[in-house]
Amino acid sequence: MNSENQPLISVKNLTKKFDDTTVLENISIDIYKGEKVVVIGPSGSGKSTFLRCLNCMEDPSGGSIIFDGVDIADMKVDINKHREHIGMVFQQFNLFNNKTIIRNITLAPVYFGIKRLRAAKCKNFFTKIENIFKKNKKPLIEINTTEKQIKEEADKKAMALLHRIGLEDKANVYPSTLSGGQKQRVAIVRALAMNPKVMLFDEPTSALDPEMVGEVLDLIKELANEGMTMVIVTHEMGFAREIATRVLFMADKGIAEQGTPEEIFEHPQNPRTIQFLNAVL
Amino acid sequence: MNWASKWEVFWQTLSGEFYRNLFFEGLLNTIKIAVIGLIIGIVIGTIIAVVKVMPKYKALPRVLDKICEVYVALFRGTPMVVQLLVAYYVLLPALGVKGVEAVKVGVIVFGMNSGAYVSEIMRSGINSVDKGQMEAGRALGLGYAVTMLKIVIPQAVKNILPTLGNEFITLIKETSVLSFITVYDLYTALGAIGSKNYDKVMPYLFMAAIYIVLVLIITFMIKGLEKVMAKSDRKKAGI
Repeated sequence: MNSENQPLISVKNLTKKFDDTTVLENISIDIYKGEKVVVIGPSGSGKSTFLRCLNCMEDPSGGSIIFDGVDIADMKVDINKHREHIGMVFQQFNLFNNKTIIRNITLAPVYFGIKRLRAAKCKNFFTKIENIFKKNKKPLIEINTTEKQIKEEADKKAMALLHRIGLEDKANVYPSTLSGGQKQRVAIVRALAMNPKVMLFDEPTSALDPEMVGEVLDLIKELANEGMTMVIVTHEMGFAREIATRVLFMADKGIAEQGTPEEIFEHPQNPRTIQFLNAVL
Repeated sequence: MNWASKWEVFWQTLSGEFYRNLFFEGLLNTIKIAVIGLIIGIVIGTIIAVVKVMPKYKALPRVLDKICEVYVALFRGTPMVVQLLVAYYVLLPALGVKGVEAVKVGVIVFGMNSGAYVSEIMRSGINSVDKGQMEAGRALGLGYAVTMLKIVIPQAVKNILPTLGNEFITLIKETSVLSFITVYDLYTALGAIGSKNYDKVMPYLFMAAIYIVLVLIITFMIKGLEKVMAKSDRKKAGI
């Protein structure tokens, strides 16, 4: 659906208000396939809110967010259908505490697999009934899988993902026994299991002990090198500089400045950016 | 008459076939109504709790919320005895329904009454689950109801298990008002023995003992259930 020069996510005049406080005002930005957009800025500048608006975890108060050619900010759109393709990683990991690690990863893929299978079966059933009365028979939807197969495939994929992050031996334990870094890496592969078109990272390392930050950043870098489109909110400036293809500096309810990491970090133009970078670097 | 002979007389009556059957029927009714009532209560309570914590952007959740509010006010605002009496002697005849067993009425009233209390317990349980759990589910594309059912409610139930146990114990003991609508429960069965022998001491003491034993068994079962559900706090599954 997306040709090369069409943005994957196109934000137009995004505004977000919490009651009477305006957090974001009139933000417009296009994010293209393969881009690694890093969002930096002082606390309270609306970085996280901006990110959470991209998959409508916060419903925008105004403006539109075009993802895959559909305005997902429209309340009439079935948002769940689109969120499947937008992976999200949280600051607090948010692994499902009542599920083992492997079930955390397979829950959504299995749910959607089975849901689609049942929908197809249901449709076929009615088509068959219709076909009894009709001369020109309608074709049935081809079903070449079973619920058991869906589960097995999801398990296999989850194990491959766990193998990738070196946590195969943790497949059958509960999240409460993992370290922060391990939890966050599982959270990342949980999002990956859905084959997302874009990944949103909401301060993925802010809740981690310093010695665990590296392992999580390494995994994100790996994904970036594989060509995953990502939007990352972070306070890790070194990481931002290394990974970003574009840096957004947010301040005062909007994007104050944007450009390549070089432009932003070496030659910032906006006084707010200069002030912020002086404070953090 | 001393204690030993009182016990002798009581035990002899209870051992007789008629009173023994009466006693077991009463005991069975007590357990049946409390257990089924609790199950109905948990279902109703969970539905009400979910309605209460639902985001209220649209009209439908708001209407449902009001209905639930009235329901809870009604069932928490009147004593169980009154609810039983109204259901059995007022509502049933008014609706023209005949031949409904009193036990069934008891089960339904107990369930609906319990639902009002469980809704508040369940709501606090749902609120005790980290908001991030719901967010993570929604971010994966799972719907509100699916995330609630698969992720939030199981964790909520784990948190509120001791309080739910309390509700079960309350229900077991509340069954003693069932005699108001002609249900044979423990009270009716043992009271009958008391009337026959002109001695209420032993039957009532015996009744107290039975209730204590029932409650102790329930407490024990709940503790076991808590241990099973605490497995997600431990290192490996199923230990």
